[in-house]
Amino acid sequence: MSKSVSVTIQSEKLPDGVVLAPSGEIDLSRSPSMRAQVAEVMKTAPKRLVIDLSGVPYMDSSGVATLVEALQSTRKCGAKLLLCALTPRVRSILEISRLDTVFTIVADRAAASSD
Amino acid sequence: MSHSPDLSIQMLSRTSLLAPVRCMLVSFAERIGFDETASGHIALAVDEALANVIRHGYSGRDDCRVWLHFWELHEPAGLRIVVEDYARQVDPELIRGRDLSDIRPGGLGVHLIRSTMDSVRFEKRREGGMRLTLEKLLGAAPVQSAA
Repeated sequence: MSKSVSVTIQSEKLPDGVVLAPSGEIDLSRSPSMRAQVAEVMKTAPKRLVIDLSGVPYMDSSGVATLVEALQSTRKCGAKLLLCALTPRVRSILEISRLDTVFTIVADRAAASSD
Repeated sequence: MSHSPDLSIQMLSRTSLLAPVRCMLVSFAERIGFDETASGHIALAVDEALANVIRHGYSGRDDCRVWLHFWELHEPAGLRIVVEDYARQVDPELIRGRDLSDIRPGGLGVHLIRSTMDSVRFEKRREGGMRLTLEKLLGAAPVQSAA
C-alpha cells in the first residue's frame, strides 16, 4: 500500500476551541495524516475549530474530503468549524466543488476567533 | 494518437509521486503558454486522475505502473494528456461525478476533472486497464465554479 506522509499541523488553543494550521500540500499522500490529527482534536470536544489554511498552497479532493469530515464532526457535536486564510488554489477547488458556500470561510485567524 | 508524445512518464502507483508529477505538469503547461491558474487546474485534473487509478483501480497498491503521455497541441493550441494503466476496468459510462448538492466526503475527483478540462474521455484499453484522455485548449473559457 502507498505510505501516508505526515503533515505538520501547528495548533493554538482558543478560549472556546482550537486553531489548527496545517502546512504543505494536502494530497492523497498526506490527507490521511491530516484526517487523523483533526480526529484527535475532535476528541477534546472543542466548541470552535478553526482551520488556518494559509500554509496550504494546494489541496486535492482527498483534502477537501477531510474538511467535509471535519464539518460533519463539528455539526454532530454542536461545534463550529471555520476555515480561514485560504490560498487561491484551495479557494478555487472549494468553489469548483460548490463547497465555498457550505463552509464558513473568513479572512484570517482574528476573524475566525471572533466570528 | 498520430504522433509520438512530446513527453512521457512511467511511474509507480505511489501517492508520494503525485507532488513531483504536479510540479512537472505545471512547468510543462506554463511553457506551452497556460497561465498560472490554468496550469494549476491541469495539474489538479491529472492529480485527481492518478489518485483514482491508485486508490480505486489498483486498490492502493504501490507497485503497479501508470503511464502519462503529453502532447502540445497546435491549431487549436493546447495540451493533451493521456493516462494509462493496467488497473481494474470500469465501464466508462459509469464514471460520473456525483451530485454536488449531496454534501459528503469523497467522490469529487471526476467532477473536478470534468470541470477543469475541456475534453475528458475514459475508455477501456484492449490490452487491459483504462485510458483517460484529457485536453485543455489555450484561450478556452475559464473554469466556472459549479452552478
